[in-house]
Amino acid sequence: MKPRHKRIAFVVCGLAALAAAAGLMLSAFEKNLVFFFTPSQVAANEVPQARVFRIGGLVEPGSVRREPNEVTVHFKVTDTAESIRVVYRGLLPDLFREGKGVVAQGRIGPDGVFNANEVLAKHDENYMPPEAADALKRARETSREAGRTLVVNGTNNEAQR
Amino acid sequence: MNPPALALRRINWFHYASPQTFLPVAGTLVPWFAWAAAAFCAAGLYTGFFVAPTDHQQGEVYRIIFIHVPAAWMSMFIYLVMALWAGVGLAFNTRLSGMMASALAPTGALFTVIALWTGSMWGKPTWGAWWVWDARLTSELILLFLYFGFMALHAAIDDPRRADRAAAVLALVGVVNVPIIYFSVKWWNTLHQGASVGLTAAPAMAATMFAGMILMAFAAWMYTIAVSLHRVRSIIFERKRDADRTVQYAKGLRQ
Repeated sequence: MKPRHKRIAFVVCGLAALAAAAGLMLSAFEKNLVFFFTPSQVAANEVPQARVFRIGGLVEPGSVRREPNEVTVHFKVTDTAESIRVVYRGLLPDLFREGKGVVAQGRIGPDGVFNANEVLAKHDENYMPPEAADALKRARETSREAGRTLVVNGTNNEAQR
Repeated sequence: MNPPALALRRINWFHYASPQTFLPVAGTLVPWFAWAAAAFCAAGLYTGFFVAPTDHQQGEVYRIIFIHVPAAWMSMFIYLVMALWAGVGLAFNTRLSGMMASALAPTGALFTVIALWTGSMWGKPTWGAWWVWDARLTSELILLFLYFGFMALHAAIDDPRRADRAAAVLALVGVVNVPIIYFSVKWWNTLHQGASVGLTAAPAMAATMFAGMILMAFAAWMYTIAVSLHRVRSIIFERKRDADRTVQYAKGLRQ
């Protein structure tokens, strides 16, 4: 074995050991690396009891209700399996919409309502022009009316023109 | 041995590892890559601002993507290349490898800053926050500190060869962070959305949006190559000057 090979072996073994150590560390810190908990995790009591935490999911369509004072908002966060009622006083981000992603920080009251002190919008990774989004929506509605599932393949605007 | 392997053997790869042979090669390449960077950047910005359509949810603000994503890709990729040079330098004891790693670090740090900064400007209007401590953002910030650490450690040691070796170890240790950044949005719940572009699926965006992003990514590549080649030339000159001075001191020609 030449000294060069020895050094290569040393670097490779070092990197492998490092990767293993990093993997172990990350799995140990798994719980703390999560930015938010899902409503299902809340329902299963997997959330921290004593401190403030975040919940994330979709704003349940039709659940958003504003109190007459216009500042307090009630809505439900769902992961399609479970849902949690949330109450929040303050300004909502522009991208806060029914059926879209949201992350709220706060704690759960004794009545099971999540008292949020901060609400962030979580948008998805799909980008498309408004016309394409409309076309997708229309296609979905027609397919629902026709009572069949339609495979929509046009996320780019070429399909629209 | 088969013919192609024989042909590869015949080229002496270590020939270009000598700073003296590499210097003129780098000098000729720099302007070509610089012009290519300018051309790709112009085409990419034009596509991004005038050709790509508005987004259905975010409106015009999504156009930060044309700077943000190429910068973020580059920040991770440069670190991998830097770590590769560091590893080659440790294994083969080639002088040029350490210089390449040092030449790449400032550009990598620059792209990391751009990614964090544009991400912050994008986060406020969409998420409603400049900064959150989610796994993606935090690991990208750690990447910036790794670049700073690499440069600081290199600058702290006087003997350039020793500095190269010490910084190389740091660069190799930090390389575990790169897959963590990349997969953070898959492994954990994050506020940052998942990847729109991957190797396994079609990009989740309109074709012209994707074109603008790829053009900007090419611009970032060309810029990085041009700047790091230029920087490596400066490093070669600096080290030669220092070595010459040492010889002059030793001969008593200088006091």
